[in-house]
Amino acid sequence: MDQPLWVPIFQTLVVFVYFLLVTAVLIWAERRVVARMQHRVGPNRVGPFGALQTLVDGAKMFFKEDPTPGMVNNPVYTIAPLVGVIAGFLSIAVIPLGFDVTLFGETFPLVVADLNVGVLWILAMGSIHVYSVFLAGWSSNSPYPLLGGIRSSAQMVSYEIAQGLAVASVVVYAGSLRISDIIAGQQTSTLIEGMPGWYAIPLFPAFLVFVIGMVAEAGRPPFDLAEAEGELVGGFHTEYSGMRFGMFMLAEFMNVVTMSAIVVTLFLGGPNGPTFGLPDAIAWVLPILWFSLKMIGFIFFFILLRGALPRYRYDRLMSLGWKVLIPIALVWVLVTAGFVLLAEEGIATTVRLVLAGAAGLLVLALLVTAGPARLAGASDRPKRAPIPTPAPDRAPASRHVERDREEVAP
Amino acid sequence: MLSEYLPILLLFVIASAFAVGSLVVSSLVGPRAPNPTKLAAYESGNEPLADVKGTRFSVKFYMVAMLFLIFDIEAVFLYPWAVVLRELGWFGLVNMTVFVLVLGVAFVYEIGRGGLEWD
Repeated sequence: MDQPLWVPIFQTLVVFVYFLLVTAVLIWAERRVVARMQHRVGPNRVGPFGALQTLVDGAKMFFKEDPTPGMVNNPVYTIAPLVGVIAGFLSIAVIPLGFDVTLFGETFPLVVADLNVGVLWILAMGSIHVYSVFLAGWSSNSPYPLLGGIRSSAQMVSYEIAQGLAVASVVVYAGSLRISDIIAGQQTSTLIEGMPGWYAIPLFPAFLVFVIGMVAEAGRPPFDLAEAEGELVGGFHTEYSGMRFGMFMLAEFMNVVTMSAIVVTLFLGGPNGPTFGLPDAIAWVLPILWFSLKMIGFIFFFILLRGALPRYRYDRLMSLGWKVLIPIALVWVLVTAGFVLLAEEGIATTVRLVLAGAAGLLVLALLVTAGPARLAGASDRPKRAPIPTPAPDRAPASRHVERDREEVAP
Repeated sequence: MLSEYLPILLLFVIASAFAVGSLVVSSLVGPRAPNPTKLAAYESGNEPLADVKGTRFSVKFYMVAMLFLIFDIEAVFLYPWAVVLRELGWFGLVNMTVFVLVLGVAFVYEIGRGGLEWD
């Protein structure tokens, strides 16, 4: 490399500190926003509007006892939270915060590494996060964490496939696994003149699948089945306390931030945005601003979901992932590939728009016919005959007859 | 080529130092007062019943794991295909459609047999 050594160190530190700060702000913002949604005030003592609360809570965590229960499988028990946090930090390595920045005579992009396998890197780090959850549950040697860990890892691998297939349409459309190529491909629209070419528009079904999948991947409400308190106490981290528990919390919130950053990069143009013809000396700030604004929008979406929606049921969660999201994502990869090839043959823009609409309708039709309502209904119905109730005057009747009887009865 | 990964190694070192450092500092400054209750497994306040090795979980999780393997491999095949799609042209699309259909038939059969019902 022809760059001096401080450049990669500076790049890495900037990205690391940026995401750590955003995570801290997220934790504070979540407490404030959810408090507002529940007619409370939220933390407002430490710093302006309580903004330093996260810092104080983090410092407090150091002074908490961190006992290691007797039955745990110790090296694995301690390594599990570390795996989660480190994988969370590593997955941001390929996400650019902005375009080229010139500082002290060196020009470099604000990204840790623009790998030629960037998309695979993101998915790989997401997969490693599953290890953290499963190893924590398994090494705790305790019933609740084991059940919670198995549940969460099944949930995460299911939605990982849905997400991976949704990302595959992006790769088909961009024709590259390199993140900078994907961002460059979203600079200007090929469908509508003068609009940003965000992949969310032509790949809307894939975008929807990815957004739903990322909420489930991050284990956030309404898909926070890992922490279904009524059933599993705390899920995989029931036995953890002190700083090792804090690491799991940090990893969870980091996941919200990284997932938001990833969806912005892959589907909403990343740091692309208008520069208003400003001189280069100031214009390099704007991409960072656009990226941050889009990312904060998604973080806010995560917070609103938590404040607004009740927890999903596990069987419905799995139904949604396997029977709705994965088929849609899979079909859309092939449909996108068809479009890309049509475009290669130079078929006019309007024709492609019409075809895109037709394909969208096709997927919608698929959704309605084999869609969530029917599937959810199917899983509600008992498949075996219900155990007959010991009521002598009631003949074993179908549900319809029973409903009729209830209507007749006053 | 490999020098591209040097900053990632750096990030790995920084992240590890941050995470491990937090645990070390916490174990140095934190109090330590273990007692038998703290060190026992949490079972909602009951006496811990038995070894967790007796805990069973649904066979459905194995089904999910196997399906995950199949579909993850499918995704692995999709990525390189997606990158070179423009060179492969319609031949590539038709081939991939056949591949997806073969898996799709098995997947529909699996759903039809109730392999993904949780009850």
